[in-house]
Amino acid sequence: MSLKDKLVSSFIAFENHVDIDSKIHDIRSEAIKTFETEGFPTKKDEAWKYTSLNSVLKHDYSVFPKQENALEYNDIKKYFIHDIDTYKIVFIDGKYSSHLSETTHDGLDVCLMSAALSKPKYQLVIDNYFNKIATKDGLSSLNTAFSKEGAYIHIPKNKVVAKPIQILHFSTGNESTLLLQPRNLIVVEENAHVQIIERHQSVTDNPVLTNSVTEIAANKRAIVDYYKIQNDNKNASLIDSTFVDQKRESHVSVHTFSFGGKLTRNNLNFYQNGEHMDSTLNGVTIIGDKQHVDHNTLVHHIEPNCESHQDYKGIFNDSSTGVFNGKVIVNKEAQKTNAFQSNNNILLSDKSTINSKPQLEIFADDVKCSHGCTIGQLDESALFYMKSRGIPEKEAKGLLMYAFSNNVLKSVKIPELKQRITKIIATKLGVNIGFDL
Amino acid sequence: MLKINNLHASVEDKSILKGINLEVKAGEVHAIMGPNGSGKSTLASVIAGKEEYEVTDGNILLDNEDIEDLAAEERAHKGVFLSFQYPVEIPGVSVTNFMKTAINQTRKAKGLEDMPAKEMLQLIREKSELLEIDRKFLSRSLNEGFSGGEKKRNEIFQMAMLEPKLAILDETDSGLDIDALRIVANGVNKLKSKDNAVIVITHYQRLLDYIVPDFVHVLYNGKIVKSGGKELAHELEEKGYDWIKEEEDAKNN
Repeated sequence: MSLKDKLVSSFIAFENHVDIDSKIHDIRSEAIKTFETEGFPTKKDEAWKYTSLNSVLKHDYSVFPKQENALEYNDIKKYFIHDIDTYKIVFIDGKYSSHLSETTHDGLDVCLMSAALSKPKYQLVIDNYFNKIATKDGLSSLNTAFSKEGAYIHIPKNKVVAKPIQILHFSTGNESTLLLQPRNLIVVEENAHVQIIERHQSVTDNPVLTNSVTEIAANKRAIVDYYKIQNDNKNASLIDSTFVDQKRESHVSVHTFSFGGKLTRNNLNFYQNGEHMDSTLNGVTIIGDKQHVDHNTLVHHIEPNCESHQDYKGIFNDSSTGVFNGKVIVNKEAQKTNAFQSNNNILLSDKSTINSKPQLEIFADDVKCSHGCTIGQLDESALFYMKSRGIPEKEAKGLLMYAFSNNVLKSVKIPELKQRITKIIATKLGVNIGFDL
Repeated sequence: MLKINNLHASVEDKSILKGINLEVKAGEVHAIMGPNGSGKSTLASVIAGKEEYEVTDGNILLDNEDIEDLAAEERAHKGVFLSFQYPVEIPGVSVTNFMKTAINQTRKAKGLEDMPAKEMLQLIREKSELLEIDRKFLSRSLNEGFSGGEKKRNEIFQMAMLEPKLAILDETDSGLDIDALRIVANGVNKLKSKDNAVIVITHYQRLLDYIVPDFVHVLYNGKIVKSGGKELAHELEEKGYDWIKEEEDAKNN
């Protein structure tokens, strides 16, 4: 049986399991039908031209983990940003781990999607936002059909959340092959501020496929900073679809740091429903071996006087492959739009590949839109310059690559997170940068 | 300190240096002059260890050790410093962090611990004052957006930080106004001692009014065709290079 057939036939069992009377029963049923029609994307789909899911879909994934698994904090402490106080929502094999988490209902809701979907007090927010921002493509629909657990974050009007929120998804690999489908909803009300750090992490080498969907609603004057750390084991694959609906005068940034995994696909979509706002989409990708990272971004400028900034840097070693597909749509009404997009890549090996494809669809006539894409090797004259000052080749290369990705790191607003990411980059590049960052 | 014997070097099979002989002793200042394209910058790059250049004959001895097989960084660790004619921009790395890395990597190569932060700051303060460099300048990305003069001053600042045994200044005077030239020359003169040596590569005699050479060599067509004292520089300034070219071309015909 193909994975698609298996998933479709598992649906009834799933619904029975979660509660058929659930108010999102209709949404789930509709979604499974969409998935049945659409199926998994193939390379024939324009948006999937450079990324094939064949190698990750061949496994016979278990859809429902058979057992509860636990992890000890000390074994996974390194995956947390633990040097600052944070809220934490932690999942192990898709199940909530209360002893590792620190949730709250005190002035804001940082809790579980399962609670939000079943308790009446969340009904209004669920009715207004759940599955309203996500598109109805095959993969997102699959996630919607099986949506049950994930992070639910609701920040009320004027609330400035003092500490960042960490969302961590661990997979233990105790099931030989596991399909995880976390579903997150983040609603930030008028004039509220929040910072969120999200990480998917497998702790063994067993194949795991995560098909994650996150919906973010940023209301008037909200400020949302979202950081994704993707540094998974070599047999873990991640399809991350994130949908952001922005209202007027809001500021939303999403940083995606992709350093690991077998196959990573990021679908990052911004919809600007209002005036005078900005959207920031930044990314650093550093991969090697046969790893594959695909960034598929969309910024839809719907109304006038808005900005978007995209800056993606990639460093590709060995036989790794990268894709950047950045689409910007500027509606006819969206005059005075400023949309910038930049994608710079360094290929360290003859066998590494990057496919970079900017797509601008501009229907307004008074706009500033730019895109730039570069693909190159490390600058030989810069290397000689550094070596002539006594910096060995390996360290010189590391420093140059660090400098290359530095622009993106600069915009990370949580110092401890920036330090952590710099450390991951230094480890990844195999160098001691030689100074405190 | 430095002994160059019959050095031949080429890049992409094009022969550029055609038999250079030069000896530089500790405490000496040598000027290498010559028309454009005579091989001055190539000589500097070959001594510093740029890999694109292939040494096809002859050798370079530093303290009696052949350095041909040493990488550029290993030569730097042994005290060779090249002030670049065109310093490279490195966005994202500040001047301070670049110097910290360079100094600590050099110390590491010598089996020493990293320089304590306090000592490093003290050194940076002292040397930046010597070169009249503003503090704010040090936190800027290396050479990015620097004016020609700032780049050159920054090169000499790096030299002051690294305290090389043999400093090669490649056209350090180009792009400098008279004030910057004075500051740079003053910096070099303060760093001079009986234990180190300087090779000044220049097209013009101007810099040599400030950094007074013990010897002047004229490089033409990949060879040193004339050597003399500082008065040779004045002669070149007056008469240009044409008479040297004519003399040489006459010899060869």
